[in-house]
Amino acid sequence: MKATRVLSYFQVPRLSSRLWSVWRRDRDVFMKTYKVNFFPPLLEPVFYLLGLGFGLGSFVQPQEGLPYIVFIAPSLVATSMMFSSFFECTYGSFVRMYYQKTFDAIIATPVSLEEVIAAELLWGATKSLINSSIVLAVILLFRLVSSPFFLLIPPVSFLVGLLFSAIAMCFTAITPNIDSFNYPSFLFITPMFILSGTFFSIAALPQEAQLVAHVFLPLTHAVSLTRALAVGRLSASLLLDLAWFLVTTPLFFVLSINLMKKRLIK
Amino acid sequence: MERGVLIQAENLTKSFGDLLAVDHIGFQVLAGECFGFLGPNGAGKTTTMKMIECVSPLTSGRLTVAGMDVTKHATGIKRMIGVAPQEDNLDPDFTVFHNLIVYARYFEIPKAEAHRRAEELLRFAQLEEKRDVIIEQLSSGMKRRLVLARALINEPQILILDEPTTGLDPQARHLIWDKIRALQKQGVTIVLTTHYMEEAAQLCDRIVIMDSGRIVEEGRPRDLVRKHVGEEVLEVAYDEEVLRFLRNAFPEATLDVVGDRIQVFTNQPRGVFAEILSKFEFKAAMIRDANLEDVFLKLTGRRLRE
Repeated sequence: MKATRVLSYFQVPRLSSRLWSVWRRDRDVFMKTYKVNFFPPLLEPVFYLLGLGFGLGSFVQPQEGLPYIVFIAPSLVATSMMFSSFFECTYGSFVRMYYQKTFDAIIATPVSLEEVIAAELLWGATKSLINSSIVLAVILLFRLVSSPFFLLIPPVSFLVGLLFSAIAMCFTAITPNIDSFNYPSFLFITPMFILSGTFFSIAALPQEAQLVAHVFLPLTHAVSLTRALAVGRLSASLLLDLAWFLVTTPLFFVLSINLMKKRLIK
Repeated sequence: MERGVLIQAENLTKSFGDLLAVDHIGFQVLAGECFGFLGPNGAGKTTTMKMIECVSPLTSGRLTVAGMDVTKHATGIKRMIGVAPQEDNLDPDFTVFHNLIVYARYFEIPKAEAHRRAEELLRFAQLEEKRDVIIEQLSSGMKRRLVLARALINEPQILILDEPTTGLDPQARHLIWDKIRALQKQGVTIVLTTHYMEEAAQLCDRIVIMDSGRIVEEGRPRDLVRKHVGEEVLEVAYDEEVLRFLRNAFPEATLDVVGDRIQVFTNQPRGVFAEILSKFEFKAAMIRDANLEDVFLKLTGRRLRE
């Protein structure tokens, strides 16, 4: 009985190409306000590069053999993947679900709820791709990228964004109200932003904390992949980082859809 | 499937935990008719609509739309119905026109065809001038008309209208009624819920009255009025003596005391009240036509539903 209950949360959803009509809806909204949407990811990394990179960086010793500004530049790309997709599928999806009743309107058509949620996740991943690519362009302009492998960062950003979208959607499925998103934001996203090898080498953390970061913090793997591709330090451990996403993403993808079904289908 | 039956429910039941929202109801909607669900708040009307729309699973019973079981053929059914929900769920980020276009995509309607239909529906809903206006700037009547237009984008055989005119002023309401009549003339089968009796009397060929999840009566509006409250109602100011007198004068009638008025319902033909009024003087006496509201209140009581 208990096992079937747990399994019901991992029931593989049936999806059709109709889900792209929902993705296109979200894209249309984004494009309507694209000027507002493009500015933050363009300007924010500039502030970080100036303040932390040039400013603080002049006092900080090289991290993992890289000048501080070169070390943190890929982190800005990776964190933008996390922020854009996580907030899209928490606050963004919640507004569409609860305040605008957009999901209700869509599921009265041949599009199913599973397809709506899957499309929201794919849109979150797309936001990750868009925003992180803008940040990537900025660090390219600052000449902080030294390897042609940076071209692989956008596809990685989609995968990373998909995972963060799915985790976000799990919170959206269980949150009682929009204010409660403060909990995952401050207890999950903020610590990850600081502790995932973003602004200092993860080797500086105590052994146990390093283990936690590797096992539980997706951003650790995103930063590790992004940095390796930006500076061209390829190694076998990158396959582990990638494998981490390939295992967790489908799990959270399916879980979030089932949680949303339990919330919305009554 | 019987000929002409488009929607059929048998023992249809829906419970939310301990609450029995829809309690073993049965009904048939015939092709081409306008079928109304009446009932106070919480009667189970919207829940029933959601089951027909295939967005809310049945707890038990059977429900078919055009011969298709809702539990098995959701996509097929959703293709042939149009839904205008109670709450406004238009896309606030888009213009009037783009709302229709985006909605057309959910039905996989090709772009050129979607544009053609959207323009036509804007004409139908008298929203041509608002074509490129953001939703926020529409009045509530315009929003309702757009919701109606949106429900028609897939050229549905069945149109489900959940309280289509709640909160509208009389002008806006009459415009919506005109549109609904026009659609029925085109052969669209209409299922609507309402708690405006006048709306049901104006639009519906047949109605069911629901209360606490059950169907308490069904039939043609006019037949129900005649059956339950007769043709005319006499209303006079409340007075002990008058009440006694009326009881004697109309022994078979139903006398209701509502606030400070007495209402007399009788099955006798038109004219008996006029006769008695010509012989006796009553304070603030009035004869009016019996209506669906009288039936509704008689069957569902005057208790407030909140």
